[in-house]
Amino acid sequence: MAVELDVFVGNTTIMDEEVYQLWLDGYTVNDAVRARMEGGVLDEFDATADVLLSDTMDQYRTFQMCERLLHSPAKLANQLLFQIPPHRQTMLIERYYAFDDVFVREVLGKKLSKGTKKDLDDISAKTGVTLKSCRRQFDNFKRIFKVVEELKGPLVENIRQHFLLSDKLARDYAAIVFFANNRFETGKKKLQYITFQDFAFCAGQLINNWTVGAVGEGLWLLPLANMDVDLDKEFLQELKELKVLITDKDLLDQHKSLVCTALRGKTKAFNEMEANFKNLSRGLVNIATKLTNTKDVRDFFIDLVEKFIEPCRSDRWTAADVKLYLTHYTNSAHILDTFKHQVVWDRYMGVIKSCIFKMYHD
Amino acid sequence: MPGKLKAKIVAGRHLPVMDRASDLTDAFVEVKFGNTTFKTDVCPKSLNPQWNSEWFKFEVDDEDLQDEPLQITVLDHDTYSANDAIGKVYIDIDPLLCTEAASIISGWFPIYDTIHGIRGEINVLVKVELFNDLNRFRQSSCGVKFFCTTSIPYSYRAVMVHGFVEELVVNEDPEYQWIDRIRTPRASNEARQRLISLMSGELQRKIGLKVLEMGGNAVVGYLQCFDLEGESGLVVRAIGTACTLEKFSSGSASITCPHPSTAPPSNACNSPKDGKESPLAHGCRSTHNSPVHSACSSQRLSQNFSVSVPTLIFTGMGSGGSAGKEAGPLKTLLRQQTQTTLEQREFPFFTLTSFPPGFLVHVGGVVSARSVKLLDRIHNPDEPETRDAWWEEIRQEIKSHAKALGCHAVVGYSENTSICEEVCILSASGTAAILNPRYMREGCLDVGSIDHRFDDPSPPNCGFCHIPYDELNMPFPAQLAYCYQCRRQKVPDVLFTTIDLPAEAAVTGKGCLIQARLCRLKKKAQGEVNATAISNLLPFMEYELHTQLMNKLKLRSMNALFGLHIQISVGENMLLGLASATGVYLTALPAPGGIQIAGKTPGDLNNEQHVAAIQKRINDAIAKNKELYQINPPELTDEGVGSPIPEPRQRSRIFRSHSESSDELSELDLSHGKKDAFVLEIDDTDAVEDIHSLLTDAPPPAGFHSCSTETMPGIYNWTSGIQMFTSVRVLRLNNTNLTNQGLNKIFTDLCENLLKSFYFKLRSTVPCCLCHLNFTVAVPEEELVQVSVTAVAMTFDKDQNQEKPPEKATTKGGSETEDQLQFPLELSADSSSTSPQPSKISGVAENTIVSTRAVSVDYGSFADRCSTWLELLRLKAHTIRRGSVKTSRRTQSLAHSVSSLEHCSPLPEGRSRSLCSSRSFGVGSVTMVKMTPLSFLPGTRIIKYLGIINMFFIRETTSLREEGGVSGFLHSFIAEVFAMVRAHVAALGGNAVVSYSMKDCVLMENPNKNQAQCLINVSGDAVICVRETDQEQTTNTGQTCGTIDGAT
Repeated sequence: MAVELDVFVGNTTIMDEEVYQLWLDGYTVNDAVRARMEGGVLDEFDATADVLLSDTMDQYRTFQMCERLLHSPAKLANQLLFQIPPHRQTMLIERYYAFDDVFVREVLGKKLSKGTKKDLDDISAKTGVTLKSCRRQFDNFKRIFKVVEELKGPLVENIRQHFLLSDKLARDYAAIVFFANNRFETGKKKLQYITFQDFAFCAGQLINNWTVGAVGEGLWLLPLANMDVDLDKEFLQELKELKVLITDKDLLDQHKSLVCTALRGKTKAFNEMEANFKNLSRGLVNIATKLTNTKDVRDFFIDLVEKFIEPCRSDRWTAADVKLYLTHYTNSAHILDTFKHQVVWDRYMGVIKSCIFKMYHD
Repeated sequence: MPGKLKAKIVAGRHLPVMDRASDLTDAFVEVKFGNTTFKTDVCPKSLNPQWNSEWFKFEVDDEDLQDEPLQITVLDHDTYSANDAIGKVYIDIDPLLCTEAASIISGWFPIYDTIHGIRGEINVLVKVELFNDLNRFRQSSCGVKFFCTTSIPYSYRAVMVHGFVEELVVNEDPEYQWIDRIRTPRASNEARQRLISLMSGELQRKIGLKVLEMGGNAVVGYLQCFDLEGESGLVVRAIGTACTLEKFSSGSASITCPHPSTAPPSNACNSPKDGKESPLAHGCRSTHNSPVHSACSSQRLSQNFSVSVPTLIFTGMGSGGSAGKEAGPLKTLLRQQTQTTLEQREFPFFTLTSFPPGFLVHVGGVVSARSVKLLDRIHNPDEPETRDAWWEEIRQEIKSHAKALGCHAVVGYSENTSICEEVCILSASGTAAILNPRYMREGCLDVGSIDHRFDDPSPPNCGFCHIPYDELNMPFPAQLAYCYQCRRQKVPDVLFTTIDLPAEAAVTGKGCLIQARLCRLKKKAQGEVNATAISNLLPFMEYELHTQLMNKLKLRSMNALFGLHIQISVGENMLLGLASATGVYLTALPAPGGIQIAGKTPGDLNNEQHVAAIQKRINDAIAKNKELYQINPPELTDEGVGSPIPEPRQRSRIFRSHSESSDELSELDLSHGKKDAFVLEIDDTDAVEDIHSLLTDAPPPAGFHSCSTETMPGIYNWTSGIQMFTSVRVLRLNNTNLTNQGLNKIFTDLCENLLKSFYFKLRSTVPCCLCHLNFTVAVPEEELVQVSVTAVAMTFDKDQNQEKPPEKATTKGGSETEDQLQFPLELSADSSSTSPQPSKISGVAENTIVSTRAVSVDYGSFADRCSTWLELLRLKAHTIRRGSVKTSRRTQSLAHSVSSLEHCSPLPEGRSRSLCSSRSFGVGSVTMVKMTPLSFLPGTRIIKYLGIINMFFIRETTSLREEGGVSGFLHSFIAEVFAMVRAHVAALGGNAVVSYSMKDCVLMENPNKNQAQCLINVSGDAVICVRETDQEQTTNTGQTCGTIDGAT
């Protein structure tokens, strides 16, 4: 005696959020049944394992049928096959596109290519995220990347509109797309301590300030694709001008004395700040001037860590010290009368400052 | 040239990629009606084409309009080879032919392909211009409305109920034509779909013609079925109840269809609390019945083989066999008396299951008939004559059973078949009843002024329980008692019916689903031997099912079954029987006795302990069930009613059937009437099995209720949450040497596990009730058992329910009866002439039909009641209403006539009230289409019926594994069927389907070949419903206030 066939179909599609999550997490039906039993569904409701298995199979089938629609979430709203109330649709989409931070951290900045996909089993083994779930997440990244790549207009907005995601999730995806497009290096050992959310914040800063789209609405009318995805080339060119801050000896000294004056007595790390000023300043300005090279763009974060964060950390600056230092470092440049590149400086330092704040932790 | 059909193809979306090279599609559309075809332009390279075609016009006869579907085919244009079909949409344009239904069909339809399923959607507009046709001999019946709903539809009033209509059409099944060998599966499936669409159109048209002949304008309770006979053909048949319906204008509706919001109906008299007042003066006479009336029709081996199976009539205690006893002068008299117009009609059958209050006078019991036929013996398979004759036979049998029960009509009537190879079992069943002839022509003349409120609200809520047959000459041995409500007429100790619980019925506690399940092995055989074997098994199966039902009923301490549906399905090596019903405790009926177990060999200590243990378990189960279903019948005080009230605690027998023995059925019933408790001998292995099956039925988990009827007796405050579902489960029996017991166990577990699955899946919706649980069993292949279930889970407000359950004793979930106050039967003409007895009030023609009684007292009271009622009609509403409950209090001192008036007063407020009182939540977004097998949606009001939905789909696959096996295949197919039904309803402008049912789900699989095929037939009524409005509630509260005042 065996169950040959067993289906349950509701006019309004019945979906259990818990089972959905198990499915998304790549559990097999049997594993999901086990997980549910351990979760105590059977205790709160008198049922047998058979019932649970039957229910799980039904749900898994439903999700598999829905998956095609979830690939283009806009379809979910006007398809006729499944009657799903709007708030449930939102839940389905949001959960489907949700990802594990540990996983995304592994692929962040990597090319979303077949090559990377082949490495997914390694990532799965490393992160503990099931291969199935890794594939789903990776395919989501790739799918969104492919769609927004060809779209004009603000990145976050495009993602939100085409995939009907929440603002938060859309921003995260914008970061992923941005990182993948610019191929930022995030995998080095020195960068391991930085979380995805740190990077996502930095990506947001870069997108909002350093891309073409960031400059102003008028520019959106330009027939340029990927305005939010690519850094503003003109701006990167202008950054070269900042070099005077370190090449001009007078200017460097003047800058240092201005910063030191302002900092004196306000922090315990003053001595280290004073001693390291030239080094740190050279580091930051050099990062700026090299950004015209794609290779150096990729190393942007590693440079920030090596050239600024690590020296500060070895001198035991507190986060407040860093903040204080960078604020005065930025502001003092305005007082330098021979320094003419105030606008570029602000645009550059604004992002650097907030990125370093975000990244300056253990 | 009576009609012009116009269609416009607007756009498509989500089309499949048909050209792999470009990943796009060059789609165009063919629009076909009859033999005319139009094409749109090709919309190149798009998956979301915009055709925006002109209006394609078809000039056609209205006959064709009724028969033919509009056929839309979406194709991919291919320059070099044949165009590839993407899929099709069949649109039934029948709803457009009714002026009151939909006026335009407009919307997105899923493009369906029998091999690939749904492949994108197409937006279509369809209109019809009809010209008046005055030809008397016309073949069309445009304008006749069809309803699947088995009650008078909301916002309609039945001016006249004409009666039974049936029709049957036959055709060659395309799957069995020679051409099928050379055509593709797709072509074959489409030919079949199209043929069935045509046949059901034709069937509907022909039924419509019959209705027009009878002078009606609508068919209610329309039930259409397919018989896939195989080689001998494809049969589409339908039955229904012809009516003349009249739509309420909004003005009159406010008077006649109130939705009382909160107040319970005046049930002071029947509320269990008021034991003192409840015995109403009411002519009491009764019998009790316990039946099995086997009409052993002869086995005819004439031109085609046919075995008519001895049939059972269930009323109460199943038993007996008074096979065709015609003796008794009283009975003869009864026969004569019931020769009313109703009787003179060929078949006084009604497919309705719920009626306006007062319509149903008495209910006799369930009548059923089965017959085994051989399909390969049909002489002219292409002609319907043979099948017509078969059904005629069955119906005659049903009719005679009803007569034997002293009834002149059959309500809740249905027919079905089970086919295995060349053997076909035809079944029909219904509930024998006496209908009220009071609602007659004159009644409908001044309907506007007739409000149910005119009637005394103390209702004849026990009237339908009173036996319709003659006590002195009962058709079967039965145990009768005086009615526990009125104390005047006799009631049976148990009542089985196929109808829904009447709104006015007083129920103690809650109801529950009761199922009897049975498997019987049979030898594989061919032809006549096979048919004979089956027909020999059938009576025993029915008997066992009945016994099971009875025992389970007693175990739950209940005394009546409603919505009983017994299905017997035939397979090559077994027969499956499944009976489902809703058990309730009718306040009017005596409390059921317990079940007593005894050992066969007294003295054996071991054995006695065993017996005692089982007895204890049973007693415990009964006690537990009483608590669970809140069955606390009122303690009746004897206050000198003088009627011999039977011992409430009396034990009744548990029936053991001996299916293995060849005993005559009549033998089984011998000890039935004895007072002493039955001894269930546990030496009998079957008995042990029975006890086990009795005790294994798990009650639904906390927060759940289940029933097979429209609503659950005892639950009244539905909230608007509903979830309709279909579930199918197939078991493969690998074990070849199974015994009957083993098989029974497997089958019982299958059903029980299904129920458990439902409870689990719907656990988030508690408190809720699974309503209209409709189980269908089939034996698709030798070792397969298939069970399909369609039901709806409805939420209700628990708190409210707990607060005042007794007050709501007579309310019912829906507002089914709200609009049906007047429900005249076409009986009047002859009834007076057939009146055999001098009634106390002479000259009243309408009160005669109950002449079935010989006992004059009862008869007189009935006459009184009728006349008084008529008199009262002439009075004003408020005066009557005010007096309502007062009279019931004074019952005993009042004159006969007054009290009996109370009994005949319909009590329609009950059902409608709760509907309003239930909180209505948001209806949801516009695009949502709700579906329910019930005739109403809680918290909403149906404002328009848009037409019948009757769809037939075939799905086939040659890549079963890739589609997720049979489960994946069927899962997506059922989802697709739902989607197509919703799309059609939405295109008609509707937002819900009521009375939805899945008639057929035929699955054939061949996993080795990686193939499967499935046929599904669904039907229902497309409606527009709106949320209950506050405005309405206030007006109703105003109205009901009066009643409350009167009651308190």
